[in-house]
Amino acid sequence: MNPTNASPGEVLLRGRGITRRWGGLVAVDDVSLELWRGAVHAVIGTNGAGKSTLINILSGEFPPSAGTVELLGQDITAWSQPRRARAGLGRSYQRNTIFPSFSVLENCRLAAQARTPRPWALWEPAARCRPSNEAAREAAARTGLADVLERPAGLLSHGQKRQLEIAMCLATAPQVLLLDEPLAGMGAEETERMLALLHELKADHAILLVEHDMDAVFRVADRITVMVNGAVIAHGTPEAVRSDAQVQAAYLGGHEGGH
Amino acid sequence: MSDTLHRPSAGQIGFVTAVFAALAAYPLVAGSYGLDLVAKIMIFAIFALSLELLVGGTGLVCFGHAAFFGIGAYAAVLLSPGYDAANLLWLLPACVAAAALYALAVGALSLRTKGVYFIMVTLAFAQMAYYVVHDTPLGGGTDGIYLNAKPVIPGVFELQGGVVMYGFAWVALLATFALLAVVSRSRFGRALAGIRVNEQRMRAAGFATYPYKLAAFTLSGAIAGLAGFLYAVKDGYVNPELMSWHLSGSVLIMIILGGLGHLRGALIGAFAYVLLQEFFKSEALFGNFARHWHLGMGLTIIASVALLPRGLVGIPAQLAARLAGRASRRAEATPGLKEPR
Repeated sequence: MNPTNASPGEVLLRGRGITRRWGGLVAVDDVSLELWRGAVHAVIGTNGAGKSTLINILSGEFPPSAGTVELLGQDITAWSQPRRARAGLGRSYQRNTIFPSFSVLENCRLAAQARTPRPWALWEPAARCRPSNEAAREAAARTGLADVLERPAGLLSHGQKRQLEIAMCLATAPQVLLLDEPLAGMGAEETERMLALLHELKADHAILLVEHDMDAVFRVADRITVMVNGAVIAHGTPEAVRSDAQVQAAYLGGHEGGH
Repeated sequence: MSDTLHRPSAGQIGFVTAVFAALAAYPLVAGSYGLDLVAKIMIFAIFALSLELLVGGTGLVCFGHAAFFGIGAYAAVLLSPGYDAANLLWLLPACVAAAALYALAVGALSLRTKGVYFIMVTLAFAQMAYYVVHDTPLGGGTDGIYLNAKPVIPGVFELQGGVVMYGFAWVALLATFALLAVVSRSRFGRALAGIRVNEQRMRAAGFATYPYKLAAFTLSGAIAGLAGFLYAVKDGYVNPELMSWHLSGSVLIMIILGGLGHLRGALIGAFAYVLLQEFFKSEALFGNFARHWHLGMGLTIIASVALLPRGLVGIPAQLAARLAGRASRRAEATPGLKEPR
């Protein structure tokens, strides 16, 4: 299948005119994008281009200075991050944010528990929460962690920790995935596995991928947005972006020989 | 760490059972002094457990916990009708509720801050409560107030006298320990543990963390109030020192000494702290130097924090690691088994 010809699915997340100023600095400058179910939308750009800030605004970590965010057609700009998460917006972090002393299963279960919190049910042990356990096991299995469920997360390899980061995200049953550099620091084999996973996940999710590994991005992305200094300089299919003169000059040109 | 396998091990259950059995048997051999001392320790253990829920359980370092203890204590005296005995069945819940209410208000405001600011704000609210009882007619000033009649359950018992008071404190400690053990295994408790490790990640998963922290803070304040109530009834007397920052500091030291992150740590820490205090205060042992008991206490605490980073409860694990380390040093040819420091 040629991803460029894939007809756009349902729009799950839409950002319009998103801007974020820190004092005089404009970190994100009037960025609009749509995330479709069934597509991987990559955002690329140099360090400091505003990619992580964009993810933070979409996921609700802090509000935009201007612009709106819509999830499933609903304006969620004023929603808190937990509320967005419960409504189907999942994110992973660039750094590992796993709970190192908890087992792999418990990391996933804790994330899944956000869907069936029942905090008042003090007499029920968390470990016996069936829906959370099922969601946790499924997320771990999908990300290839089924064999290490009982291992403390802190003892996993780096690649496995990145997988767990995704698994915790999946355990909350999101419809939209905002993935901040899931491939960072991964070896070739682990990268392949993660790309296969992304390809599988996009069938029923809308995925935003922020990534530095250009080979990976051009292999897996259906749409690419290129950011420089907070602003979008190009947007479109991988082919269109690759041949964009502005992108070549600003960003890709210097790299292409190296890959 | 205990987090990974939060099903308690046989050793842990055995230890806690042994402690409670020994405490239950103690009145058979103890004199009145010993009974009073251990009752006091059990009350401090309840207090320490309440703080452990916040510090070890949720990662919130509250430096004003004496306020809730003191409110429970003062409520016991102020709500008791003059020279008649109050009914325990409403007095106890009322005292706990008073402490919980203040905790709810303090928590609602202080939980909007983080880290060192949170420490300072909780301290400030505790100092406010301290000066209310210290400087207004309500609290009777530095002299404190006497509790003229101990609470009763009419026709059943009066909370008076060594053994009855001791027994009641024992039951309260057991109930508190059991409650917190159950809480720590529940979804609520696991969410608190998650918040302790990485609150941001919990929010990203969909947990509204503020209500969780506020609930923990209020529950903790309520239990501290229970401890304060027991303390006031045991001594029949309250004074502003019960709300002082010294006491807030002492209870923090108890849980650090015992080992953060474990209910057993709070239990052990309360015993260790009070017994160390008794030891350094003993004129029979130190003569005139006993007046300077703070010095011995301070040095001991510094030494224990330096040598026992995981607290008294971590000693077995530390010894095991050391033995394993020695074994691996002996087998020099095996790399990769280095002892973690």
